[in-house]
Amino acid sequence: MEIIFKNVTHSYEANNPLAALGLDDVSVDIKNKKFTAIIGKTGSGKSTLVRHINALLKPTSGTITVGNREITPDTNNKNLKPLRKNVGMVFQFPESQLFEDTVEKDIMFGPMNFGVSEEDAKLAAHDMIKLVGLDEKYLSKSPFDLSGGQMRRVAIAGVLATHPETIILDEPTAGLDPVGRKEIMDLFKNLQSEGKTVILITHNMDDVANYADEVIVMHDGRKVAEGTPMEVFNNQKLLRDDMLTLPQSAIFAQKLSKKYFKFDQLPITISDLSTEIKRQINGD
Amino acid sequence: MNKLILGRYLPGDSLIYQLDPRGKFLITFYFIGIVFLANNVVSYGFLLLFVLFAVYLSKINLGFFLRGLRPMFWLILFTVVLQMFFTPSKTPLWSFGILTLSKEGLIISAYIFIRFVLIIFVSTLLTLTTTPIEISDSIESILKPLKAIKFPVTQVALMLSIALRFVPLLIDETAKIMDAQRARGVDFGEGGLIKRIKSFVPILIPLFVSSFSIAYDLAIAMESRGYKDGEGRSKYRVLSWSMRDTLAAIVMLVITVILLFIRSY
Repeated sequence: MEIIFKNVTHSYEANNPLAALGLDDVSVDIKNKKFTAIIGKTGSGKSTLVRHINALLKPTSGTITVGNREITPDTNNKNLKPLRKNVGMVFQFPESQLFEDTVEKDIMFGPMNFGVSEEDAKLAAHDMIKLVGLDEKYLSKSPFDLSGGQMRRVAIAGVLATHPETIILDEPTAGLDPVGRKEIMDLFKNLQSEGKTVILITHNMDDVANYADEVIVMHDGRKVAEGTPMEVFNNQKLLRDDMLTLPQSAIFAQKLSKKYFKFDQLPITISDLSTEIKRQINGD
Repeated sequence: MNKLILGRYLPGDSLIYQLDPRGKFLITFYFIGIVFLANNVVSYGFLLLFVLFAVYLSKINLGFFLRGLRPMFWLILFTVVLQMFFTPSKTPLWSFGILTLSKEGLIISAYIFIRFVLIIFVSTLLTLTTTPIEISDSIESILKPLKAIKFPVTQVALMLSIALRFVPLLIDETAKIMDAQRARGVDFGEGGLIKRIKSFVPILIPLFVSSFSIAYDLAIAMESRGYKDGEGRSKYRVLSWSMRDTLAAIVMLVITVILLFIRSY
């Protein structure tokens, strides 16, 4: 599903002395079946932006088109289920949404809300628990007996169990250990290569460099840049205005360029960096 | 949640904001008490003028207070209508069965309406201009005499300030969990009563779990910073009573005297 934001403005607590602008005239086009990363500082409007995609928030003005569904300021709360079934959303620290007495029931909760039969929901639970890297024996446990990382996986399984076409991830690996982080990110990359649209909010620039096809940079509720990771991380203006930090490889390349090396474009992944170093040592 | 104005704090700066919270707290309750002294048109008009003047001093938009009345609308309407039709009178203007409409009934219901407005305005004024932490500090200092009967004032004050500190946190958490469950297909506020109540299970259970885990973490963090029990600690937030607080108290006394005068006149 292609997602198009057209001049979307969102103001929290509109018509109130406490009103605060969350989004300011944002127009973006999130491409179908791509891995899009949304980056920007805390409070730049990333979360506000993605909450519009499944109509948890509605724009104060402007429209959002999700597939063939249009969300406007007048969209009412009825009939949002088909939209929400198609847009799966993994919130920050999603383990706080677990509540059933077994892991299996918790994973089945989403599909059953969207009208899937109990047997099918059960099947989905069995598939999903394996997909997120847990053994099937966990299905009969209480989610509250699991470790933080396992709870995270169960919560993600619960969102994926509805088979959404678009998956929105709000810092899905925050607070995970490095191995768990890589496993989870690889899982989402695989889902994308199977034909899903993935939207990732992150503060981890290495994840952006390694996984994303497209990047959207937000600042103060406005979109300040979009493009491929290579384009965005080589955008000197963004770096100068301090709206962006670089992936580790690019930082290392910057340091190298102060000594004998020279880079036309900053390499953003470790493999790019090592190929470039090899080429310069052998070539020149 | 967002509609309820009463109980919220609105950042600002004016004379009312700068008053000592203890004074404001006591004056508000005192005022609610003396509202019942009023018994005729002049006294009610006088109190209304006074409250409007206080609102003016607070520099907060009057519309904000009017909006604060909205959640209480049905209660006010219910009481006023009840008074209007059920006040016994020898000279009814209109009557039907047990319903009587009379001049006395109309006047009493108008009084009750004004009384509601006064009380709601004054308490809204208190919460809008006083931070929750100031309110809990003033409760602590007002309860202090109870120490004489072994009432654990400091513990209660700590409890209050922690509770108040967690109100916004829990509201945020509730909103977050609701969003997460909505994204998983829960419809809040749809369907019959039973279905609606059931739809709150996916919010309440995670909320309880996270409250307990926050409480546990906070207790450990407090202990590791040297907290043992409420006693023997110093106070960082010190309230100061100044000239204008004394003046505010004097104004209240003057108003009481004037009210008593108008009342017996």
